[in-house]
Amino acid sequence: MRRQSANSGVETPPPFAVIYNPKVRSALYQFALVLALLWLAYHFAVNATANLGARNIASGLGFFSNTAGFGVNLSLIPYDETDSYGRAFLVGLLNTLLVSGMGIVLATLLGFAIGIGRLSSNWLVARIAGSYVELIRNLPLLFQILFWYLAVLSTLPGPRQSLSLLGAIFINNRGLVVPTFRQTEGFGYVVAALSLGALATIALGLWARRMRDRTGRGIPILGKGAALIVGLPLAIFVAAGLPAEVELPRIVGFNFVGGTRVIPEFVALLIALTTYTASFIAEIVRAGILAVPRGQTEAGLALGLRRGQLLRLVLLPQALRVIVPPLTNQYLNLTKNSSLAVAIGYPDLFAVFAGTTLNQTGQAIEIIAITMAVYLSLSLATSILMNWYNSRIGLIDR
Amino acid sequence: MKRVVTMFGRTMLSRKMLGSKILGRKILGRKILGAALVLGLSTAVSSAQTLKKVQDRGALLCGVSQGLPGFSSPDDKGNWTGFDVDVCRAVAAAVFNDPAKVKFLPLSAKDRFTALQSGEIDMLARNSTWTSSRDASLGISFTAVNYYDGQGFIVRKSLKVNSALELNGASICVQTGTTTELNLADYFRSNNMKYEVIAFVTADETVKAYEAGRCDAFSTDVSQLYAERLKLSSPGDHVVLPEIISKEPLAPAVRRGDDQWLTLVKWVQFAMLNAEELGVSSKTIDEALKSTQPEIKRLVGTEGTYGEQLGLTKDWVVRIVKQVGNYGEVFDRNVGTGSKLGISRGLNRLWTKGGIQYAPPIR
Repeated sequence: MRRQSANSGVETPPPFAVIYNPKVRSALYQFALVLALLWLAYHFAVNATANLGARNIASGLGFFSNTAGFGVNLSLIPYDETDSYGRAFLVGLLNTLLVSGMGIVLATLLGFAIGIGRLSSNWLVARIAGSYVELIRNLPLLFQILFWYLAVLSTLPGPRQSLSLLGAIFINNRGLVVPTFRQTEGFGYVVAALSLGALATIALGLWARRMRDRTGRGIPILGKGAALIVGLPLAIFVAAGLPAEVELPRIVGFNFVGGTRVIPEFVALLIALTTYTASFIAEIVRAGILAVPRGQTEAGLALGLRRGQLLRLVLLPQALRVIVPPLTNQYLNLTKNSSLAVAIGYPDLFAVFAGTTLNQTGQAIEIIAITMAVYLSLSLATSILMNWYNSRIGLIDR
Repeated sequence: MKRVVTMFGRTMLSRKMLGSKILGRKILGRKILGAALVLGLSTAVSSAQTLKKVQDRGALLCGVSQGLPGFSSPDDKGNWTGFDVDVCRAVAAAVFNDPAKVKFLPLSAKDRFTALQSGEIDMLARNSTWTSSRDASLGISFTAVNYYDGQGFIVRKSLKVNSALELNGASICVQTGTTTELNLADYFRSNNMKYEVIAFVTADETVKAYEAGRCDAFSTDVSQLYAERLKLSSPGDHVVLPEIISKEPLAPAVRRGDDQWLTLVKWVQFAMLNAEELGVSSKTIDEALKSTQPEIKRLVGTEGTYGEQLGLTKDWVVRIVKQVGNYGEVFDRNVGTGSKLGISRGLNRLWTKGGIQYAPPIR
């Protein structure tokens, strides 16, 4: 109608089929694609169900409540052989989260230190940081994991010949054994003192900032904060009559009893993931800092900022805008790479669930699909978090 | 569809024949491939007649372990030998009259059943324990027990441990995806003992960890303990403990849904046992062909059509015994007194000699 009125006075164009309308056509194509994908998914599901049924292969998610029957040597939640596959899944998931979470924190710290070190004006520091990056990022990760596990940690002495620190901490080829602290009656006071100290420090910090804004003079709060957070609970701890007992590890039979043990598989995997990812993060950090115009450095120096202040207050906040998006990639890589744990027997999600559980139940489709969904969710969650952080630190136009 | 599957099978095969070590990522790849095969392409696999497929291909695809001396391991020329390998060779001899027409796929314990389910192999001869849940829910059928085994422990002599009951608190290395993991849990629980389990994907990693001292003991089927001990740098420093903590009837397996193929593989095994029982070996096979004893005549095909009934030829047993040997010969050559392993026949003696190996008759 509109077309006709727009063309009024001019010769009416020949009527054309609605299918030539670009909008209709594009919608039609998209609809067809979605339909085809749905059909494909439906076909896969039906075909898989039929084939599994025909071949007598169990299907469905009923196995989750069956007894797992196998042991796992690292579990953050209580677990034994009589627990279900569902619980074994949780154990594996938590182990993956543990190594990925710690890996991300440590890799970030190490990566920033090395990235900044590479830009240092100190020749030796810059060269060492540079060699680190070139060496570590160019060797395959699996090789590095095996190196730490087989070439470094395996060569430690056995439990009876453990290297000992003060007779309380032991290092051997079964891991690192440290004493356990167990709280006794009265430990609540110490916790209360710690919370009080932390709250007071936060209040102090806010007050110090307001005073600085008002007077232009900074008030150092590091010492006071430390006294509040460490000193106060310590004083209460002594005053309450040392309400904690230390359980020293001692060797009984084959292994240490008592204390807490960090297994070598975890240590090897954590070191390898951390150092490997840190070498990439270092380059990202270097690129981010170099992306800040040189004028900013000069302006900062002209204002009389010290090197550390310049980095912390001027360069890093601007560099972060460049650093965060590629940093997200590295976090995702680290999480996904943690599945290489299977090579050294660290019981992560992939080993416990997509390995042992899959083999025992034979339900490859369900288990692989669930495992993929878990890694996907972990990655998406990391992305969402990092995107939120990125938008928060972005330049705000005023 | 069918072609795609075969081509997949071949490409996978050639990659593995390169002896590439199977690493974590490759396992994922194979699992996904397996799942994809089951998902999309498997109609062709399940409906196809395995025997016909094997004959058309001109080779048997046989899944074996990744190198277990005595059971299946490649020599320096790449020829596979061993007790499990000979099961496949016997099937190839019966089908093709040529025991060399087998392609071996080394599989980890974790991957073996998926490979069979997805049609990557025609049969699995990989010291796998026959259990009810594997029979019921994996879509595979075990054929006949070819080795009665049990789980045991190996420890360093220097630990001065004489019994598995003294292993309270020990760290134990096992291979993941095996019944070993489960028996171990049961044994320690029922004896009220604590333990730490470290599970690895391949047998090699497991043995390496044991040798490096990560574990006090290494546990698996006793036959494997003897085989793996040979790989240790000083086998004499290690001792296999006397306790047998489980029943491990090891049997080859085929994909479920092809009864003809199941029967064929099963009877190849029975034929070898019957041959030993009747005193027919690779050395006496020519005399056996002239025998007038009805049992032997049925065995070697000079009477009846028992081979044809199985989809094979009249002289199927002759082919097997001549080219591979009877059960006793295969046992002695690979794992028994005639081999480096030196395992005694034990339960695997014939029923006529005090063991429990007993085959139904050919008639």
